[in-house]
Amino acid sequence: MADVEETLKRIQSQKGVQGVIIVNSEGIPIKTTLDNTSTVQYAGLIQQLVLMARSTVRELDPQNDLTFLRVRSKKNEIMIAPGEGRPGTKVRASPQKC
Amino acid sequence: MEIVNVLMKRRSEFNRLRGFVDSDFKKLVDMSPDQSTSEQPIHKDQSVQAGQEMSEHETNTVGLEFISHGMNHVEGGWPKDIDHENMEQTIRFRKKAGKNEAYISSILQLGSVMELCIRQNNAIDKYEQYFEDEEEEEENHNAPYAKTMNVLRDPHQVKRTVTSLSWSPDRGRKLAAAYSSVVFQQTSQLSTDSYIWDVEKPSIPEMVLKPPSPLVCLEYNPRVSYTLMGGCYNGQVAYWDTRRGCQTVAYSSVEHSHKDPVYKVIWLQSKTGTDAFSASTDGQVLWWDVRKLSEPTERLILDLSKEGNLGRALGGISLEFEITMPTKFMVGTEEGLIISCNRKAKTPAEKIVCTYDGHRGSVYAVQRNPFLPKNFLTVGDWCARIWSEDIKESSIINTKNGVSELMDACWSPVRPSVFFTVKMNGVLDIWDILFNQSDPTLSVKVCDGGLYSIRVEENGRLVACGSEKGEATLLEISSGLSVPQKNEKSLVAAMFERETKREKILMGRQREIRLKERCRSEQSREEEVVREDGEESPQELLARAEKDFYSMVEVELKRRRKGKDLIQEQVVCEDKQT
Repeated sequence: MADVEETLKRIQSQKGVQGVIIVNSEGIPIKTTLDNTSTVQYAGLIQQLVLMARSTVRELDPQNDLTFLRVRSKKNEIMIAPGEGRPGTKVRASPQKC
Repeated sequence: MEIVNVLMKRRSEFNRLRGFVDSDFKKLVDMSPDQSTSEQPIHKDQSVQAGQEMSEHETNTVGLEFISHGMNHVEGGWPKDIDHENMEQTIRFRKKAGKNEAYISSILQLGSVMELCIRQNNAIDKYEQYFEDEEEEEENHNAPYAKTMNVLRDPHQVKRTVTSLSWSPDRGRKLAAAYSSVVFQQTSQLSTDSYIWDVEKPSIPEMVLKPPSPLVCLEYNPRVSYTLMGGCYNGQVAYWDTRRGCQTVAYSSVEHSHKDPVYKVIWLQSKTGTDAFSASTDGQVLWWDVRKLSEPTERLILDLSKEGNLGRALGGISLEFEITMPTKFMVGTEEGLIISCNRKAKTPAEKIVCTYDGHRGSVYAVQRNPFLPKNFLTVGDWCARIWSEDIKESSIINTKNGVSELMDACWSPVRPSVFFTVKMNGVLDIWDILFNQSDPTLSVKVCDGGLYSIRVEENGRLVACGSEKGEATLLEISSGLSVPQKNEKSLVAAMFERETKREKILMGRQREIRLKERCRSEQSREEEVVREDGEESPQELLARAEKDFYSMVEVELKRRRKGKDLIQEQVVCEDKQT
């Protein structure tokens, strides 16, 4: 438990990270650093995306599997790390501009 | 029962010539019907020739109706026993999930992956936009092309020539085409309809226009997008309002109109937007106000001797009017001259300002360059010429003579150096004089017959050309020829100026030569007067003629030598000047 907290804290403290959400395989956000409405919105929308992406990768090559998914948009970037069974952590980061 | 017939032959008789002989028939086998089978006939309720009965049905799948609407996402995934509104229960559930072993291990693992990526992000912005300030330069190295988009065909059986086209002013969604026959005296069976086509629907015309006689030319009013003016084969001028339907709203009376087909009608810029003028081969240019088409408001007779003599007038085939120069206009005639006229002159004699000796045949099109109005383009006989207003003797740029006659031309409305010409062999030429002056940049064979008219749409990308078989073909031009380049206008202006200067110098030189000739001929005339006092015998005459001849030859030789020196001098002077 403590490790989990520590990991989350570490991620959150990185530069540019706006928030972290942990979602389980059923789409229920377990832990989050954002407000409830946004969390629910993210959890619902991204779950489908992850499932689709994973099935795409698997279909192209059954031995392959999805390791990471980045959705980069004009304003920010959503980074998704899917776990086996549970979709996993999502981080909302803002992209840097040099 | 086997039916066998045995033929026997001696081997030595093989391959001998057959000798066929007639003989009586011999009954080999006799098979009579079996009486037992006739006791059990099988009835077939069908004649032998009939085929199987078949039926045809058509089905069509039911059209599905799609409605798109959003879906409200309600928090889901919660197990059945937990009410997700209830804060306590959710918190308890979350805590329980947090204690799951698998959860902890996967989080740790995913956490490290995530950290790596975040660190990557922070280290370098991978997707940085380089060179944000610079504009994207579209370098078109592709060859220019013209794609046929649509062909609008004359719906009638007997095909008539598309003699005139006009794009509608509201961004070219409609095309008005005038159909008539250019062959002399063929009009009896042809219908008089002309059409307005919608560019997207090539199968049927959007509107039919019914004039009193076939239309030779048709123009949309550039200001008022629903009115059109057309010139008929019998010399009348007709006016339509598309909101009112396909019959003419008004047409001019036969007595006061032209006596020959009206070859060109152009709308004028006026406050009321109701003025137009027309030209015809009967030698008149008439001004009309569409509110009162029974009589023309003004009349001009294209008689060069300025006497208003209709019998000696030149027939007008093309008109030119530029909105930026509202007092001047130009008429291209059948005889090959282009007449420049001033509308505001007080007397008819002063209306004709000057003429340009253009082509060896009818001048089918005259148009000013929309960007450089001092220069205009004319086509007739086998070449296209570009003129400058100041130089009246010759054109500043000619294209070389083509293989077939040029029937129509127009400048591109977006690029000052591009113009389009159409020929009798069905070829559309696109010329870019900045790129290549001796050949067209692009030649497209549009159809087998001759092309009679061409019109470019305002945005410069769509071109419509009309053929003698009644087809109006719409072509799309590649962006290389329809997107203006940098500095194009100044380059073209510089080119025209250069050519104008060259012509001026040549003209000046010619004038000098003529002046010298005149002086010399005056001198020789004085000498002759002195000599003619006494009577001369033929031999003396001959001797004198010989002497004159030789002296003239010598003078000419001397002049040529001097001429060469002078030209060299001039070139040197020019170099010094530039």
